[in-house]
This record gives sequence, C-alpha cells and structure tokens, in this order.
Amino acid sequence: MNLTLKVWRQKNSQEKGQLETYQVKNISTDSSFLEMMDILNEQLVNEGKEPVAFDHDCREGICGMCSLFINGEAHGPGEEITTCQLHMREFKDGETIHIEPWRAKAFPVIKDLVVDRGAFDRIMSAGGFISVNTSGNTQDANAIPVPKEDADMAMDAATCIGCGACVATCKNASAMLFVSAKVSQFALLPQGKVEAAERAQNMVSQMDEEGFGNCTNTGACEVECPKGISIENIARMNREYLSSSFK
Amino acid sequence: MGWTKQFFNSSIGKKFAMALSALFLLIFLLQHFAINVTSVFSEATFNGISHFMGTNPLIQFVIQPILLFGIVFHFVMGFVLEFKNKNSREVNYAMNKGSANSSWMSRNMIYSGLVILLFMGVHFYDFWIPELTFKYVEINPSDPNRYHHELLEKFHDPIRVGIYCLAFILLALHLLHGFQSSFQSMGVNHRKYTPTIRKLGNAYAILIPFGFIFIALFHYINSL
Repeated sequence: MNLTLKVWRQKNSQEKGQLETYQVKNISTDSSFLEMMDILNEQLVNEGKEPVAFDHDCREGICGMCSLFINGEAHGPGEEITTCQLHMREFKDGETIHIEPWRAKAFPVIKDLVVDRGAFDRIMSAGGFISVNTSGNTQDANAIPVPKEDADMAMDAATCIGCGACVATCKNASAMLFVSAKVSQFALLPQGKVEAAERAQNMVSQMDEEGFGNCTNTGACEVECPKGISIENIARMNREYLSSSFK
Repeated sequence: MGWTKQFFNSSIGKKFAMALSALFLLIFLLQHFAINVTSVFSEATFNGISHFMGTNPLIQFVIQPILLFGIVFHFVMGFVLEFKNKNSREVNYAMNKGSANSSWMSRNMIYSGLVILLFMGVHFYDFWIPELTFKYVEINPSDPNRYHHELLEKFHDPIRVGIYCLAFILLALHLLHGFQSSFQSMGVNHRKYTPTIRKLGNAYAILIPFGFIFIALFHYINSL
C-alpha cells in the first residue's frame, strides 16, 4: 500500500514544530505501524534527511514507551492496543495518516514525536510504592488472605503501563486515570492500605503540581487506554482522597 | 493550610465541589418543575404554592440566597475549571477524533452551560426581577392570586417560548452527562449501582427539561 504521512517535526523543546508530508510506498499490510515508521526513517536517511524521532522499546505492548497520536486517536485506531500492536491492515491504500506526539503541557515535546513523560515518574516517586522492610524476614505475601474481587481489581489497575494515552486523549490533558490506577492498585491490597491516605494525598498533590488538567468524566481515557483501565478507579481515587483529607 | 482549604484547592476537591453544587441544583430543578407543572391543571394549586414560596421567610431569606450562591458557584467554578483545563494543552492536535471515544455532551458541557447561563439571564429578567420589584421596590400589597396570570402572560410570545424550548433542549444535553458525572466526581461508581444511576440520570435529563417545554408549549397553545 502507498500512503501519505503528515508527521509532526520539531527540532527540540524550544523551537516550534510543524507537520511535514512524506510519501511511503509498497508498505505491507502485515507490517506493524512502527515498522512502517522504520521504513520511513530508512528512506529519510537514504535521502540524507534527519530521521523522525519516536519512542519505542519492547514492541509487544508491555513497556508503555510507544506514544503516537495517529489520525486523531491515541495509539491509533483499534481497541486496547498500543501503537506497536497496530498493523497497517487498519489503513487503506492511498490514505493520509496524521502522526502527532502526545499533546499536554505536562508532557513537553523533546523532539519530533518524543515527549517527556517524567511527570509520571515524579507522581510515582511521590507515593506510588509500598514501604516494606526487605531485610530478609519479610512475610510471604500469600500468607495474607485477599478477597478475590479485590485481588482482581488490584490486578486490573496494575496492568497500567504508564504510556500516557489517557492524558493524550483527554480533552483536558488530565492524568487522573493513570494516577487513579496506581492509587487503586495499592489501596485495594492489605500491604498498600497502611500508607493509602498519605499516598492519595501525595500523588494527587504532585499530579496537580505537574500542570495536568482536571477530569470532566468524558470517559475518553478508558476507551483509548491500551490496557482497558476503568474510570471506576478515578471514582475510587476520589473516595480515597476525600477520606484521606479527614485523617 | 487547613484541610478544607487544601481539599478545595486540589483538582479532586474542585470536582467534588462542582458535583455537590450540581446535585443541589438538580434537586432545586425537580421541585421547580413539580410546582410549575401544577399550573397546567390547577390555577388555584399553582397560586397557593407560589404564594407560599414567595412569602415564606425561610424560603425567601435562607433558601433563596443559598440557591443563588449554588447557581453562581456552579457557573463560576465551571469557567475556572474550563480555563485551567484549556491551559493544560498549549498546542492542539491537528486531527482529533473526540467522537471516537466520548459523547458530544461530555465534551461540550461549557457550551451547553453557556446557553443555560444566557437563559438564566432571560429567566431572571422575566420572573425574578419583576417579582423583586413587585415586593421590595414598589412594595405592593400581597396578592395570592397573581402568579398564574403572570405566568400565562409570559408565554404569549412565540419568540420567548422558542428561547425557552431551545434552552431546555441544551439543559437536557447538559444533564445527560452532568447527572451521572456528578456521582462519579463524588466517588460514587460501582458496577452494581452505576448502571441504575445512568438510567436514572437519562430519565431525569429527558423528563424534566421536556416537562418544562411541555408547560411552556401548553400555555402558549392555550393562549392562541
């Protein structure tokens, strides 16, 4: 298939960027989207041009590194997939594809399609952990009974890979789905309950400091989330934050 | 900083306050409708309730100021949040398929809210300001039988009836998202009862605004 690509090019975080148009030819429908990007870059290098910078790592939907806004959707068309799991059979021959970076004040563009998602790391550092003494005499986690329903909900929340699609797709660039998944994952389990109040306070406070927008419950984040994280987690975080304010 | 100040300064606290004011306004709207609908079938009942509401000191000097505060707060907070949210994305997408993942209502609450705000201006001009003038400026003697007549007078004009109908359609769209959203903001979301809240919200969002439209059209048609 032959495609027209409109790709966001930006030299660095200081300079303004713009969409540039490229043509790619003879792309197999079996190629992944990132393989198509590799082909484009090979073409650009052969032409003596700067290749397009984009994030990628595991290429199997686990690491959360890939982060493209394709044809108006985070991770492109398709449900519960990351960009690396997107294949060219989702597009039509002759189609024009818009490829943009995640757009959020808290995710500044570093170069082309690469954004700085350090804000997520700082939120995690503020409380996304359990303080456990790992000196060697730690109790076996399986010795503490956990209701199956809680374990399942904690596991579902823990599948968040921190890719930032929720922020990218939210009309307000809100990070509440990500933060709520992390708050929930710990708050639902006995080990995490001890620091639940402090965690909710610190993570929400850091989230606000980073300049993310506020949630208006459009639900776009859960639709575009590659791991299908539910907005039930946002409601849980709201409860956790409210109750932690009284403590 | 006190915990209340810290809570209401946070993103979640602002959402909570917004939701609380929304729930208050939902209850108010329901009682407003319950009173207005009596105008369709009983002039005496409508006059009786309106006279009570208009003269009871508890309603006039306690409930009414709280209601005004609730309305102003909901609008001001709506604009504050919208302004902050717009600032959270400095460069917009060249292509953004919002309809692929969210409803039109949820993405355009600020615009439906703006129409409702404009309508509130018309509504206050039509009813509230004349009421205040009648009671506190002209200091007329109390007349328990004036309310139904005053209501009918307003619905003779087809343009005004049209504005009312349009505003209530936008209110329906606002409530289709706003009702269930206010519960979510307050942390009320569970797979057991959230589907019921959604159904209740949809029923409220359709029945109440279209009930108001019915009342306006009923009086207009009767005036022809």
